[in-house]
Amino acid sequence: MQKYSIFSLIKNALTNHQNWDVAWRDPEPKKEYDAIIIGGGGHGLATAYYLAKEHKITNIAILEKGWIGGGNVGRNTTILRSNYMWDANGLFYEYGMKLWENLSQELNYNVMYSPRGIINLAHSDAQLNTYARRGNSMRLNNIDALMLGREELKKMIPFADFSTSARFPIFGALMQPRGGTARHDAVAWGYARQADSMGVDIIQHCEVTGFDVKDGKIKGVQTSRGDIKTKKVGLCVAGSTSLLAEKLNMKLPIESHVLQACVSEPVKPFLDHVVTFGAGHFYCSQSDKGEMVMGGDLDGYNSYAQRGNLPTLQHVLSEGVAMFPNLSRLKILRTWGGIMDMSMDGSPVIDKSHIAGLYLNFGWCYGGFKATPVSGLTFAHTIAQDRPHKLNEKFKLNRFNTGHLLDEKGVGTKTWVG
Amino acid sequence: MLEIKCPYCGKRSQNEFSYGGDASLKRPSLEKEISDKEWNDFIYYRKNPRGKHEEFWHHIAGCRQWFKVLRSTTTHEIFKTAKVNEEL
Repeated sequence: MQKYSIFSLIKNALTNHQNWDVAWRDPEPKKEYDAIIIGGGGHGLATAYYLAKEHKITNIAILEKGWIGGGNVGRNTTILRSNYMWDANGLFYEYGMKLWENLSQELNYNVMYSPRGIINLAHSDAQLNTYARRGNSMRLNNIDALMLGREELKKMIPFADFSTSARFPIFGALMQPRGGTARHDAVAWGYARQADSMGVDIIQHCEVTGFDVKDGKIKGVQTSRGDIKTKKVGLCVAGSTSLLAEKLNMKLPIESHVLQACVSEPVKPFLDHVVTFGAGHFYCSQSDKGEMVMGGDLDGYNSYAQRGNLPTLQHVLSEGVAMFPNLSRLKILRTWGGIMDMSMDGSPVIDKSHIAGLYLNFGWCYGGFKATPVSGLTFAHTIAQDRPHKLNEKFKLNRFNTGHLLDEKGVGTKTWVG
Repeated sequence: MLEIKCPYCGKRSQNEFSYGGDASLKRPSLEKEISDKEWNDFIYYRKNPRGKHEEFWHHIAGCRQWFKVLRSTTTHEIFKTAKVNEEL
């Protein structure tokens, strides 16, 4: 594989960029693999990468129905953070933050990791107390957390509405200084390129139509491009997990919902951090191109359509305008939707299943992007060793039966509300 | 914008309604002993279909009645609405 560097850039510039190697191959599926990952999104690609790198299992295929990086890894608002309260979540995402820090070097691909800090605004004393509690929980897990007052915030986000007559006045904030953003497409492409270079077959436009299960063991998958034998299958298909589970007569504790995001026209730099509105559900940051990247609530009803509806967008953006009144003058450039695998407690599942050789990775709700590296690392471990990694041992499927829920928000099973 | 036909008020804009989730779930009957599995299936597990979905909606900014809707989760088309005690 060609190494990307300033020298390769100069060399290729001199030949009009005609001689770059392809970043990954476009192979035909083989008859048999040691492991198959279904879903060529961030998590699937990362899983294949860590299977090859950490566990030396390189005879792997990634089967992707569409094209790699076309699902939620290309549709999110690129936010990275580990500001969770429960140990299982905090330690898991914090390990992920450490992987993000070196990801560009590890993948030899610039993922534009930008630890610009994430600020969660509080709009009442009660909310400040809640955030202080969360911040303390984070610090107990060695995760960075800061409480900010109004005066500090005025210096950091001067365009926010600090007037006392605001409907939801700003009281303060919880900040995770190491939180930030990364370029989502680059993450998918970087993992794909490295996985491919270690021998992983990335097979696009290949839909899985069924599974071969005998005596409670996975024997292979049926696809739109023929049957493939394998002993291990990992599901990384986010919002489509229930559809594949149905082919295995499994019901799962998730609902699929559409979440919209949008970007504004590009403007000069005016927001240096990721900021969230505490009196509703709205988050924004400014991209390197100058666009405001914004998102918020689910549309609020089960959906497999990767597009949303205007009332929700209007509701979300009105929260944005309440926070930054000058956003009201911006035009929206693009909007889109992604299908979230909303789990019943708000936390993911990375686990074995009752079928030997079938492994599950789903339930990421709004937060799958930031988990991409650590999800890949732990899922690869779960598949290779046939037992969970220490970091994902609490992300069990049967926690819904045993009552060991990871209900970070405590909103119950009405996923469209949370 | 969805237009939802409330069985009591007629067609209204989506803004007047709130969503209530899967209407095909049956709460276990309290007449007999209920296993943990039955409760779990009722509380946490969903069919989550792609296509026709039977669901509850609440006309919260209108007559405040709950009712059932048959809606596509791929096109968002609404095929039919009915009162809670009626079949869709």
